[in-house]
Amino acid sequence: MTSASPARRARLGSAQTRAAWILVIPFVAVFAAMFLVPLGYSAYLSTFTSQLVGGQVFSGLANYQRALGDPSFWAGLSRVAIFLVVQVPIMLVASLFFALALDSGRMCGGKVVRLLIFLPYAVPSVVATLMWGYLYGENFGLITQIFTGLGLPAPELLAPGAILGSTMNIVCWEFIGYNMIIMYAALRTIPTELYEAAAIDGAGEFRVAWSIKIPAIRQAIILTVIFSIIGSFQLFNEPNLLFNIAPNAIGSDFTPNLYAYNLAFKNQDVNYAAAIAFLLGMVIVVLSVIVQGIVNRKEKTS
Amino acid sequence: MTEAIVRPGRKPLKRRPLGTHRPTRGGTLLTVFVWICVVYFVVPLVWLVIASTKDNTGLFTTFGLWFGQGFHLFDNLADVFSKDGGVFSQWMVNTVLYAVTSAVGATVLATACGFALAKYRFRGSSVVFWLVIGSIMVPMTALAIPTYLLFSSMNLTDTPWAIILPSLVSPFGVYLMRVYAADSVDDSLLEAARIDGSGELRTFATIGVRLLVPGMVTVLLFQLVATWNNYFLPLIMLNTPSLYPVTVGLAGWQAAASSGGGAQVLFSTVLTGSLVSIVPLIVAFLFLQRYWQSGLAAGSVKG
Repeated sequence: MTSASPARRARLGSAQTRAAWILVIPFVAVFAAMFLVPLGYSAYLSTFTSQLVGGQVFSGLANYQRALGDPSFWAGLSRVAIFLVVQVPIMLVASLFFALALDSGRMCGGKVVRLLIFLPYAVPSVVATLMWGYLYGENFGLITQIFTGLGLPAPELLAPGAILGSTMNIVCWEFIGYNMIIMYAALRTIPTELYEAAAIDGAGEFRVAWSIKIPAIRQAIILTVIFSIIGSFQLFNEPNLLFNIAPNAIGSDFTPNLYAYNLAFKNQDVNYAAAIAFLLGMVIVVLSVIVQGIVNRKEKTS
Repeated sequence: MTEAIVRPGRKPLKRRPLGTHRPTRGGTLLTVFVWICVVYFVVPLVWLVIASTKDNTGLFTTFGLWFGQGFHLFDNLADVFSKDGGVFSQWMVNTVLYAVTSAVGATVLATACGFALAKYRFRGSSVVFWLVIGSIMVPMTALAIPTYLLFSSMNLTDTPWAIILPSLVSPFGVYLMRVYAADSVDDSLLEAARIDGSGELRTFATIGVRLLVPGMVTVLLFQLVATWNNYFLPLIMLNTPSLYPVTVGLAGWQAAASSGGGAQVLFSTVLTGSLVSIVPLIVAFLFLQRYWQSGLAAGSVKG
């Protein structure tokens, strides 16, 4: 286009801008209506308090203050924090291991393995929780059957002390395959030249995985970490369904999201629920930014 | 938010052929170990299939991973589809309707937006992009509660729109399509079309869309799964059982079965219903394997 006259280029430029906006506007319009407006409304709601007499009263940041002193909010948050430091690493290490195993090409039936591990992703979390709930249960639970069959005392997987671990297991089962596919897809894009050079240097499979493959898919791993952080903090479906079969082990404040839901739809305290949801969003954003910061600093020093 | 998510990667130089298989001793060990792990992922589903062939007494009295006396799958299926006036088939229809409409709509919106963000420089493009990236982190309750209140003031709650409209927004889909378009649609191709006098939108509709198809299928599939599996939104938005998607319906049956009081005869119905509800998606994933795997590999997660 170097030969185009300035006038023609300007006309083209404006044509392109117009086209760009025509393509962007539909999404942006729906995004604004379904995302920005509710979010703004949520912020607005969180600054009011409903009273028995006089209805809604503007109360500034009072709801946020209340949340910060609310043991239920902190209990949920700390449970999610445990989830984050225990379940997420286990899940992602397993995903990475399977992705590397598949990528090494040293396995029989790799294609079938890939599919079978990914399959739980196609199962709705409602059905996954329902299934695992029955597997855990003492009525006709498979785990209880196996333990009693072996003459051992059956673990009470739906007891208050075990329910968090049982929930972690369900989430692992659902998402190891999904994260594995993301990592595996990234592994397949590494150019083979890198391996050939390493093979000439006499590096073994483990060394290649550690020094070449994992650093090469760093970005994909970070992506799964951030998605897992977001997912953990939004935990709702699994505890909400487990509540049906283990009401004594799961309270209404088991996770912050469950707490906000119960506040809004069972207690009708919409304003306070909005504040809780907002605080939760801020925690997620801050954590994601911190993860990014750590990663970027490491990148600079290395 | 994240440089990690934003930075598109380099082009792959050379890919190894899939399934290159060099049997070694370490390979055998690895194969055995991984296949043992696979059992963990498969057992719950195998258990579900077997449980669907048992009546209630069989569930309680026979071992979970083997068949009981008699084959009751068809009785159970009849129960599933006749319970509560046959509402289960309505739930399945609803789920398909919500999932397909949302997925198609979200894919169209995300493709157009992602393409424009990748291929045009215009004022405001970075604002749009950062809004999209930032929105991935907003928890769903922060949106669901006010959306519910807004919809209820417009009399949209307890209608299919309450599920479909919010599901049309897929920020991650926009991100995927932007990365995919940046990589797979060559600028020189667009230039050539311009010189030939093709309008921008026509170029997008003819050349752009054709090159973007694998990425679009990926976004379509993932949005399909997201809406198919959605539980929270329909749970709060819908009150009429005949509008429920299968997730909310099944959760209701499960709650009834667990509450005891003679409702325990429901267990075999709940389990068989669960099996029926997951078959369509599993079949879809089996048949569309090539798409979701190549789509992810080619565009979405290049480091």
